[in-house]
Formats: sequence, C-alpha cells, structure tokens
Amino acid sequence: MNRGGSSPSAAANYLLCTNCRKVLRKDKRIRVSQPLTRGPSAFIPEKEVVQANTVDERTNFLVEEYSTSGRLDNITQVMSLHTQYLESFLRSQFYMLRMDGPLPLPYRHYIAIMAAARHQCSYLINMHVDEFLKTGGIAEWLNGLEYVPQRLKNLNEINKLLAHRPWLITKEHIQKLVKTGENNWSLPELVHAVVLLAHYHALASFVFGSGINPERDPEISNGFRLISVNNFCVCDLANDNNIENASLSGSNFGIVDSLSELEALMERMKRLQEEREDEEASQEEMSTRFEKEKKESLFVVSGDTFHSFPHSDFEDDMIITSDVSRYIEDPGFGYEDFARRGEEHLPTFRAQDYTWENHGFSLVNRLYSDIGHLLDEKFRMVYNLTYNTMATHEDVDTTMLRRALFNYVHCMFGIRYDDYDYGEVNQLLERSLKVYIKTVTCYPERTTKRMYDSYWRQFKHSEKVHVNLLLMEARMQAELLYALRAITRHLT
Amino acid sequence: AGKKRTTSGEGRERQRLPARRFRTTSPAALRADSVDGGSLLAPLLGLTDRAFSDCPDLADGAMEKMSRVTTALGGSVLTGRTMHCHLDAPANAISVCRDAAQVVVAGRSIFKIYAIEEEQFVEKLNLRVGRKPSLNLSCADVVWHQMDENLLATAATNGVVVTWNLGRPSRNKQDQLFTEHKRTVNKVCFHPTEAHVLLSGSQDGFMKCFDLRRKDSVSTFSGEATEAGPWEWAMAGWVPVLPVISCCILRLYHSFAHGPMQDAESRANDARESWGCLLYPLGLCSGPQAGQSESVRDVQFSIRDYFTFASTFENGNVQLWDIRRPDRCERMFTAHNGPVFCCDWHPEDRGWLATGGRDKMVKVWDMTTHRAKEMHCVQTIASVARVKWRPECRHHLATCSMMVDHNIYVWDVRRPFVPAAMFEEHRDVTTGIAWRHPHDPSFLLSGSKDSSLCQHLFRDASQPVERANPEGLCYGLFGDLAFAAKESLVAAESGRKPYTGDRRHPIFFKRKLDPAEPFAGLASSALSVFETEPGGGGMRWFVDTAERYALAGRPLAELCDHNAKVARELGRNQVAQTWTMLRIIYCSPGLVPTANLNHSVGKGGSCGLPLMNSFNLKDMAPGLGSETRLDRSKGDARSDTVLLDSSATLITNEDNEETEGSDVPADYLLGDVEGEEDELYLLDPEHAHPEDPECVLPQEAFPLRHEIVDTPPGPEHLQDKADSPHVSGSEADVASLAPVDSSFSLLSVSHALYDSRLPPDFFGVLVRDMLHFYAEQGDVQMAVSVLIVLGERVRKDIDEQTQEHWYTSYIDLLQRFRLWNVSNEVVKLSTSRAVSCLNQASTTLHVNCSHCKRPMSSRGWVCDRCHRCASMCAVCHHVVKGLFVWCQGCSHGGHLQHIMKWLEGSSHCPAGCGHLCEYS
Repeated sequence: MNRGGSSPSAAANYLLCTNCRKVLRKDKRIRVSQPLTRGPSAFIPEKEVVQANTVDERTNFLVEEYSTSGRLDNITQVMSLHTQYLESFLRSQFYMLRMDGPLPLPYRHYIAIMAAARHQCSYLINMHVDEFLKTGGIAEWLNGLEYVPQRLKNLNEINKLLAHRPWLITKEHIQKLVKTGENNWSLPELVHAVVLLAHYHALASFVFGSGINPERDPEISNGFRLISVNNFCVCDLANDNNIENASLSGSNFGIVDSLSELEALMERMKRLQEEREDEEASQEEMSTRFEKEKKESLFVVSGDTFHSFPHSDFEDDMIITSDVSRYIEDPGFGYEDFARRGEEHLPTFRAQDYTWENHGFSLVNRLYSDIGHLLDEKFRMVYNLTYNTMATHEDVDTTMLRRALFNYVHCMFGIRYDDYDYGEVNQLLERSLKVYIKTVTCYPERTTKRMYDSYWRQFKHSEKVHVNLLLMEARMQAELLYALRAITRHLT
Repeated sequence: AGKKRTTSGEGRERQRLPARRFRTTSPAALRADSVDGGSLLAPLLGLTDRAFSDCPDLADGAMEKMSRVTTALGGSVLTGRTMHCHLDAPANAISVCRDAAQVVVAGRSIFKIYAIEEEQFVEKLNLRVGRKPSLNLSCADVVWHQMDENLLATAATNGVVVTWNLGRPSRNKQDQLFTEHKRTVNKVCFHPTEAHVLLSGSQDGFMKCFDLRRKDSVSTFSGEATEAGPWEWAMAGWVPVLPVISCCILRLYHSFAHGPMQDAESRANDARESWGCLLYPLGLCSGPQAGQSESVRDVQFSIRDYFTFASTFENGNVQLWDIRRPDRCERMFTAHNGPVFCCDWHPEDRGWLATGGRDKMVKVWDMTTHRAKEMHCVQTIASVARVKWRPECRHHLATCSMMVDHNIYVWDVRRPFVPAAMFEEHRDVTTGIAWRHPHDPSFLLSGSKDSSLCQHLFRDASQPVERANPEGLCYGLFGDLAFAAKESLVAAESGRKPYTGDRRHPIFFKRKLDPAEPFAGLASSALSVFETEPGGGGMRWFVDTAERYALAGRPLAELCDHNAKVARELGRNQVAQTWTMLRIIYCSPGLVPTANLNHSVGKGGSCGLPLMNSFNLKDMAPGLGSETRLDRSKGDARSDTVLLDSSATLITNEDNEETEGSDVPADYLLGDVEGEEDELYLLDPEHAHPEDPECVLPQEAFPLRHEIVDTPPGPEHLQDKADSPHVSGSEADVASLAPVDSSFSLLSVSHALYDSRLPPDFFGVLVRDMLHFYAEQGDVQMAVSVLIVLGERVRKDIDEQTQEHWYTSYIDLLQRFRLWNVSNEVVKLSTSRAVSCLNQASTTLHVNCSHCKRPMSSRGWVCDRCHRCASMCAVCHHVVKGLFVWCQGCSHGGHLQHIMKWLEGSSHCPAGCGHLCEYS
C-alpha cells in the first residue's frame, strides 16, 4: 500500500523504510518476498528466544496460569527472556483482563483494541479482536467506533491524549467523563479503563520495539482478521537482504568499533560514579541540563536522523489502513515534543510532587482494588531487575544505566526528577540509543530493525529486551501519573 | 498542662543519675550498683570513665544543657484560637520552634517562618532568598532544632541537606550544605538533646548522620540488610565529639533488650564501640556501597534512648539502629504492607513507636520486648503520611494522609474505629502536622497542599464520637434479640425497669476502663442478648412457606390455589385468603369465583357451607390454634423488644414508657423484623403476658382483614379504604383482640357485584396497596411472592426501587435461613436488573486439585502445590479455564464444545480410557 496499491503482493503489508523505497523506486523489478524466518520476533534471531524457552519450564507454567489466549504467544516468548519480570507482567495483565473488575470483559478487550489502534499495532488488535469475541463481545462493534456505545466513544479523547501527549490531560477531561448523565463513567470504571489504556499503549511500544512477529497460525475464525500492518521494512526482515544498501551502513551509521564503544560506556559509568563525590554541578546547571535534555529530545528523530527525510514527509507517508483507523478518531494526532510546547509554558511535572509510590498507588488501589499492588510489583521489578552484566562484562552495577533509561523516557513526557542529574543521560545514552528510545516510546510504529540494531551492538538480545521492558514500564508509569494526577485533581 | 509535668522525661531521667557516678574510678563499686550484667559493664564503664576524666568539662556541659532543656520547656500557658493563614505555595512540611511561638513552613517554592500570635499568623522571615531560587530550596522536609532556636535543617528534593542559622547577620541564613545523598532526602531529624547531630534519610536507601561542626557526614547507614564485614575501628583517628552521659545505662538496656552477648571478646568490642560513639571515627563517610537499597521514608531519634533511632522503609520494614554501629541495624521487622511513610516515638513511653503506612494503618509497637510487639492498630481511610503523638495524652496520636482525605484525625489508639477528634479545615491534603508545644495537648498546627497554614484548637475539633450512635440492636433469625448500649445508660435504666424474674436471659459483657486515664470518649458498652422461649417454633412458617410456594411454571390460577393451600395448611388464613382473592381478581370468571367467595366468607368460622376448594374448616381449626401458640412466643420476643426499645430510645423519646404499646415504638422496630408481625395481631387476649399488660399490639395489622374483605364491593370503596367504616383506626383496635370470634359476620358480600365483572386492571391500585401493606407489615415474603406470581399484571404499578428493595430483603432473609434454592429461584424470577445480577456475583466454584486433592486457591486450573494444571481437556490437551464437563463414569472431560463435538463422532472417551461416555 505504500506503493499506491500497485502491487498487492505480500510486501504491501510492510511499510518500507525510505531507503528501501528509494531503491524500489529505482528498480521496480525487485521482488520482495515474505521473510522466511518466523520466530517470535523479527529483530531477534529465533534461536536466541527458543533456546531460552526450552530451558525454562517456569515460563510455560506461567503461560498456562495467566495467559488469556491459552498459548505461548510471541510477546510472552520474547519476554520469557526475563522470567522474573514475565511473572509480574502476566499476573497484572491477567488481573486487568480477567479478574473481578469494574468493567465487563468485552469492554476491557475493546479498550485494549482502541489503545493498540492508536499505534496501529495490528498484532495486539488481532489478539484482542479474538478475545473480544470470545468473551461475548458484540461483533458489530468491530466495524468501527461508530458502532460502539457512546460511552466507549467518549473514551476516545483520553485515549488519544494518553497515547501521545499525556501532559495535556486535565481534570476537565475527567469531569466530562464522570459527570452524571446517561453515558457517564464511574471513577472505578474510569481508572480501570485508564490502566488498560496505559498498559496497551506501553505494550504496543514493546511489540514494535522488539519486532514481535504476527502469530504463527492465526485462526481465521471470525472473519475479522485484519491485514497485518507491520512497519518492518523488508530489508529489516530479510537476513541477507538483496537491496543494495552500502550507502546505509557506510556513511550513515559510521563504523565505530563496537567493542570500544562498550568499553567507553563502561568507562563513562565508572567516571560518573567517581565524579559524584567530588564534583557537584551547580543548581542552575542541573536545571539547565534537564531543559537541555528535553530540548535535545526534540531533535532526536524528528529532525535529522539517519532516515534523512523531512518530518512532514514522513507523516504524509503514514497511510493508515482503514482496518485500524476505524478504531480511532483523529488519526493525525501524534506525539508532539514536550519541549516544543515551551512557548505555551506547560509546567514541568515534578516527579516528587506526584509519585507513583505515594500518590498514584493509593488512588489506583482505592478505586480498583489490588491492581495497585500488581502494578507496584511490576514497576519495582522492572526497575530493580539486573543480572549485573553488561554484554560480556560481569559484576557491573547497572543501576545508573537503568535509571538513565527510565528517567529519559519520563523526561520526554515532561516529568522531571529533582534529584537526578540529566547530564548523566547525555553521558550514558548514545545518540542511536536515544533515537531508538524516542521512537519506541513516542512513535513505536516507526521502529525499524535498523534502529534496533544500531545501538549497543555488543549487547545481548536479552539485554536489549530488558531495555524495551524498561521503556515500556517507564512509559506506562508516565501515562498513569498524568492520568491519575488529573483524577486526583478532580477529586479535590 | 500540669505544672508538675513541665520537666521533660528526658531531663528527669538524666538528672536522677548523679553526675559523679561517671567519675567513680573503681569499677567494683559500679558493679555493686548495677542490677545485672555487672561483669559486662566493667570494661565498659572503665572506658567511659576514662573518657570523661579526659574531658570532664564536656560532661558538665552536657548536664548544663539538660537543665536548659528543662527550663525551656516549662513555658507559660499558651493561648490562641483556631485560625489559618494563606501561604503563597503548597507546604510540604512544618516544624515548630521550641518556644512554641514560631513555626516554619517549607515546600517546593516556599520557606518561611511565621510567628504564632494570639489572633493570627504573622510572617516573620522569608528564608527563600536569592534571585534564582535553586533546587536546594525545594524542601521535602524541615525540622527545627528543639534545643537551639536558631538552628533549622531542610531536606531538599534534589538530595541536599541544608542547615540554616537564623543567627546569621546576613539576609541569607543558609549555613551548611551537605550534598552526599544521591536521591531526594525524605526526612531530616535532629538529635533531641545533642546540639550538633543531624540525621537524614533518603530515597537512595541511605541514612546519614551529620555532625554540624564538620563538613561531611560522620556515618552512613544502609537500609539494605546486608551483613557488613567486621567493623574496624581506627582508634587513632577518633576525635572526641559527643559527650555521653547515659552511656552505661544504655549499655545495660541494650544487654537486656538484645539478650546476652556472645562472649567476652564481643563484649569488649561492644565496649569499645560504645566508646567509639563518643568519638566519631574519621573517614567513615564512605559507608557500604549497596546495589539495591530500599528508600528510607522516615528517620526518628528515640527520645529516651540516646543512641537509638528508628528508620522506616519503602518495602514496609522498620529498622532500629544504634547510632554507633553503622554496619548493621540492631533490629528489623516488617511493620506494614507497602511503604511505611512515617514513625514517631512516644514522648513518654519508652519504646513505643507509632508507624503509619500506605496500607492505611497506624500501628503502635512496643520495642522494649525482644520482638517488636504490635500493641495497637488503627485503620484509617487513606494512606498515612504523618503521625504525631499528642503531648500529655498517653494514647492519643494525630495522623494525616497524603491522598484523597484532607482531614487530620486524632485517635485514641485504644479505640481504633472512631477518631477521637477530627479537624476539617483543609481543602487539600495535609502535608505536615506538629503539636505546638511538647507539653500542651490542645494546639495543633498543620500545613497543607492547599497553601494554608492552620492552627487547630482541640476544643474546636469536631468529635465523631459525639455523633456516633452508641446503641445497637439486632435480631437473630429466630427472634433472638441483641442489644448493645452505653454501660452507663443501661445501668441507669435497670433501676427503672426491672427485668428480673423474667424468662429472658440477658448476658452482659463489660469492658474495664483503663483507670489510669479517664477518657470520656472511650466507649464501654454492655451487650444484652434476649432469647426467645425455647421450643417456640420461631420462623418455621417462613421456611415452610418459602419451600412450598409455587412461584412460576403453572397457570396463574393454579399458582394461586396452590399457594393459598400452602398458607392455609400452615394456618395462615389471612394469607391464604389473599391468594384466593388474587385468583378471583385475575383469573377468568366462571364457577370458581363463586366458590371462592363462599370460601372467603366461610373463613370467619361462622359459616358452615361445604366448600369446593381443597380445604375445609376442620383443617383450619388446629392450624389456627397452632398459630396462636406460635404467636405467643412471638409475643414474648415482641414485648421484650418493646421494652428494650423504650429504654434504648429513652433519651430521645421520653414518653415511650407511657405510650408503650402504642404504635410508636412498634413502628420503630418493624423494619428489621420481616415476616412475623403479620401474625402478631392474632395474639389472644388470654395469652397476653400478665407481666407486660401494656404490650398490646393493636391496630397495625388489622385493617388487612377489612381491606381484603372489602375488596369485592364497588369502586367507591376501593378509592379510599379509610372511607370504609370498618377500618377506622379506633375500631381496628378493638377488633384486633377478637379475630376468631364472629366479627366477620359484619361482612356481607353480595354476589351481585361479581356478576358485573371488573377488569383486572381495575384492581391494580388495590393490589399495590395490599403488597405495600404486607411489606410494611414485615411479610416481605408475601409481597415478593405475589409480585412474582402476578408478574406483569402488577409490576407496572409499583416503582422499580420498591420492588428491588423487597426482592433484596426477601433474598437476604432466605439466605439467612439457608434456603439457597428458593433464594436462587427468586433471583431468577425477578425482573429487576439489580436483583437478577445477584446471580452473577460470587459465582466462584471451588475445586480441588485432581492430583493432590487440595483446594486450588488462586485459580481453578492450576494447583499451587503440585504446580501442574489440573483440568486438561481430553480432546485438545489444553487447560480448561471456563466450563469444564466431565464424564461421571471415567472422570475424563474437557471443554464443553470439544467434548460435545467428540462425542458426536465417537462414543468412546477421548482420553482413550475405553470408557463409553455419554453426553446428555
């Protein structure tokens, strides 16, 4: 469809990265075929994942216990690289989809569909379309938003904001939803919906970020099978790609000795740790560092990237299949850099004034009991998860790195930690990684294998999945914080 | 505040200790003094002694300080009123100066000192100076030194600890900056008696102890419970810093509290350590480098134990530290589920520590015992952000929350369900609370996110206890009655109303008041239980009726007949008649109505006509007799109720005693007693209890008879039953006492009226009234049964809510009698949405694991114990999570769909066991 529907081949299901497109335009004869490797992830070689799986019976057990579909789906397979985390992930997901809660089961899946549709994540949509029907949802709703009750439709606004610009959520939005009327939401219902939305937005990030493949044998049982829209360019998928792309790997990436890259990172971490004691940045500098990081995040991706095409151009190219767009309104609404809003002077969200531990948890747990504990456990788990390894090195304290990742995501959503030196982000996260982070958290649908491959080349895939988990949870927490803060304000 | 209390506990304790004891040179003499562990103390005291002989002036200085504290706290009487002032920004914390006349407020963008005056707060000083306020000024916590009026410390959100010296001549009062913490500092705390010791607890999981005369922290404590290596003391580098007075006492205490030491070696070590604490070692600021440490939420120095401080953590733990031993904590226990946000040592009771957590609980721990013992637990409605013991009130503490709830509560920990006092001034969450003076219990200061600072006066507090109704009354299923009321009330009452010599058996439970502290608000109540006479039969009729009624599945006429028969057999003639009437009204005309009419007239007992219906008078007589017998006991319970009730409501309803037997108290009770009052009116006069002559239950039930019998006559009667001459209230009174005599001869029913039949709709209003009547009588069973049987015919006349109310009442009653099947049937037949969804709630089916035979607690398809999936589908070999169907012959099964499909094509069990399964 990127080629104007001229060729209805399998390749049409994939968006093409610009380079490929260029090549394709030059040479229309090139036939691109469906990639043969069909592991759980397009980014990670199948054997990496499978290997880990056979060892781990625990994973299978967890799947039996919590999986809603009753089988080991690709997300779970990839996540099973981190079994500890997988357990809390599945448990919380199971709780919000299946256990007692304010919303009826089909609603929950429909909300998941709506959330995933914001990022055109067909993988999640397909999954939940099935579940939606299985739990007794009305098939008509799947025709699009016009067919659903007004009540669900009202959720659109908050879904849109939450997915792309959560800082815009105000208590007025909440008031509009809960104010008494025919289609009002009760607060517990709303909290349940918000948790679901945030969860699925973040999960979409993970799906794209880890290049999750469509399920192997989609049961075409309901006739609502969507065309899978993946944004992996064929060149990303093919292992030996036949597209001539010397220019890509040559000039754009620049061949850095990846080994020394790793060493340099280690060195920087060490230095930062030591520096701490003696050198202290002045306060002014600290705050400027945050501003700087915020500003800089603006130029990541949207400005010049190795994609080397103008931003607007890209947006024009974003043709959304009608299959997905029927679940969303205002498809043009996307992430807009928090920093760019500077002129309107949106206040920075001070993390210390509304923290998950102190405030968010209490509110969530009050209105939707027990989910707080599950989410709390999940956040804790992902924040503290470490194997004390970095690529080939062992016994490394990666706290710094993990914190940098987590805080950088929050920084892009305008959440600032007073006690964090944002200079660290600059030191620890190289540019290609920043590009990746920004893409995965803000425009997950644009993630490509090249982005995934281009950072931390020495690192193991499981470590990169770990990065994805951090990004996903950080994003979910950021969305939740904004939404819950609005609800709190509504309550006071 | 009493004058004699003006000395602080600390001061007294220390003063009792003669200073010269420290100068004694002979350890032997001390050994004689010490109660226990003399040998342990010998080396210790020797050392201590030497320390002081090295610097005697230090010891003297400390003593001086002690006395200064004492005088400082003996202030004059505080005055003031409840007042508040607006701040420019939300406050995060407040702290009071020791002179009780100034308060400091700190927040993200505010840091000011206010003077507390008689009528208002007056801004005294703005500490937030400089052109561009740095993050160092963004305060998470603030504390004012309790000994030095010029000394303050703040914890900044960026991890800096700042001290402020108000004595500085310049505009900027900032004194020192400690930038050792990597994350937000949550709490700072000054040592209660030491001028230079400051403790901080941070998000990074470390607690640091600062000596304000030095630039770095002197020791670091890691929240992580790691086993640190043996502590090496660099003797050479020690500098005398802290004078220690009560050292020996403390060691003694520690040896009590923590059991006997291992051996002589460790004793010596201990001794050296305790000495080391006097002299902070140099170069210990590095501390242990931990990987994952839990964030510290609060740190508090013990008020009584010189070296001890408590710290609370995000993971729910509380640790007790000896400040001299940064390598490991003295004690650790899990206090809460989730973060412990705050803690506070009891100002008087050594070792009482109050903790508050996100789990909405305040717990009081006794730390003096070997294991921390939970003494009290208060459940609040929101997470507990701050907790502060109320001065001079041993069991009171104040709490506030950081989410949702804006009020400040003062609790009596012995009465954990109702706050003793409540301050409702704030419009947003309260972030800081402080008692104005450490010995004045009536002034509380608070800061809030709504940008205001408040002074609350205890006498202006709202007291929920006052509003609480301390009486409780509850019926048992079989007519037993329990009644709880304030002890004083019952005692006063018993003088006036002697219950003695009764068949009732009151049981009293009393709770002793704590004589040490008379507290008016503390409830002590007496519970009395009154039982019905054994063998009274109780609610037998209800159960029988419920079980035997037919509610659906047959034509209306049959249902009515059936139910009428049931009622009649149980001797409930009036109900039976109602059913019959309903049949007449709603069923097609013909022979039946006439018959019924006869029957209804004959019911009075004066008419001997042979009846076509399936009952006759012979059935009736014994039925009636049993009913009256049954009612006598009912009457007992009933009269008790009335008596009791009058005593319970005596305060509010003074004239109850005189009007007893009138409908005032009776009505008061009716709501609870479903399904029995309708029979009370059958009470025979001769069965009435002589000891309760006034307990006659008059009119309330009687109009029914008239109403029903009045039904046949024309429309003018239907409009308003009060028009009927037979139903006037006074007459009913008389009639009620003679139900079995021939008062029915009053009624004459003309057949003619029935010839011109009225449409059933016509009776809608009447039937509605009748249903309401039954329901109000308490016979909700009848109301619901009729509602179900008549269905659409009558439903539209009664509003949804009432119907729902009836249904829920009846279902509740059925369930209390364990009539599950009936209750389910009712739920199923109900048309109210709220009721029918009851069937969908708590539909959990508990299953046991097929392998280990234990119940599967968490999920139905996975056993936690044997870690396998219990219910596999024999067809698809997947776990069955929904409907599981299995063969009763071979016990194999699986997904309903799969099994059905399988058995269509095969008759053998899909598991291959060879059994010939059958699906029906």
